[in-house]
Amino acid sequence: MDLLLDIISWVLLSAGGVFVLIGGIGALRMPNLYTRMHAASVTDSIGAVLVLLGVMVQAGLSLATIKLGAILIFLLITGPTASYALASAAVLAGLKPEESPGTNEAAPAAATNSRSDSERSA
Amino acid sequence: MYYVFIIATLVTMALALIRALLGPSVYDRVLAVNMFGTKTVLLLSVIAFLYGRPDFLDLALAYALINFIGVLAVLEFFRSRAMRREAEAGQEKSP
Repeated sequence: MDLLLDIISWVLLSAGGVFVLIGGIGALRMPNLYTRMHAASVTDSIGAVLVLLGVMVQAGLSLATIKLGAILIFLLITGPTASYALASAAVLAGLKPEESPGTNEAAPAAATNSRSDSERSA
Repeated sequence: MYYVFIIATLVTMALALIRALLGPSVYDRVLAVNMFGTKTVLLLSVIAFLYGRPDFLDLALAYALINFIGVLAVLEFFRSRAMRREAEAGQEKSP
């Protein structure tokens, strides 16, 4: 039984680690702010859930599980709130999703052309 | 078995720090710092069990609170700054 719990916990922790790593790589490599937020939100949602569940399995029924549950609920409430505040502040500051800095060095006209092309083909 | 996750988290924190240093806009930095804080919370809660010291969970909870409030405060500061600049630009244009 202990071995089973260990295996479940190990799988959850490893999956959480993989998602966290993917989110970190995405936040570094994605081209503009909004796609970076998209990548970073992976670590806030499923990464945190998997890791905290994995640790909860290790803790068993104790006070630590309740604390972990509190951390989990808190992270699940505050993560989207912080993301929303960040996106809203960026939009208010005039950072448009199409033309944020670092998207591509080409002229914005080329970007809009290629996008309308893809829309037409779709 | 905790080490796999700890290494993954440390690598992710390093990547988030690189993004925070690269920028390019201030919102990228805020995003990276927010991510760094969330990773710290996860790392603290795993370290609590690695070392068998559940007291660390209180630190993780407190850190989550501070991180959230800090990010909101920074964003509010930059938002009010952007709105003030806009208002000043509008006043200069109107006369």
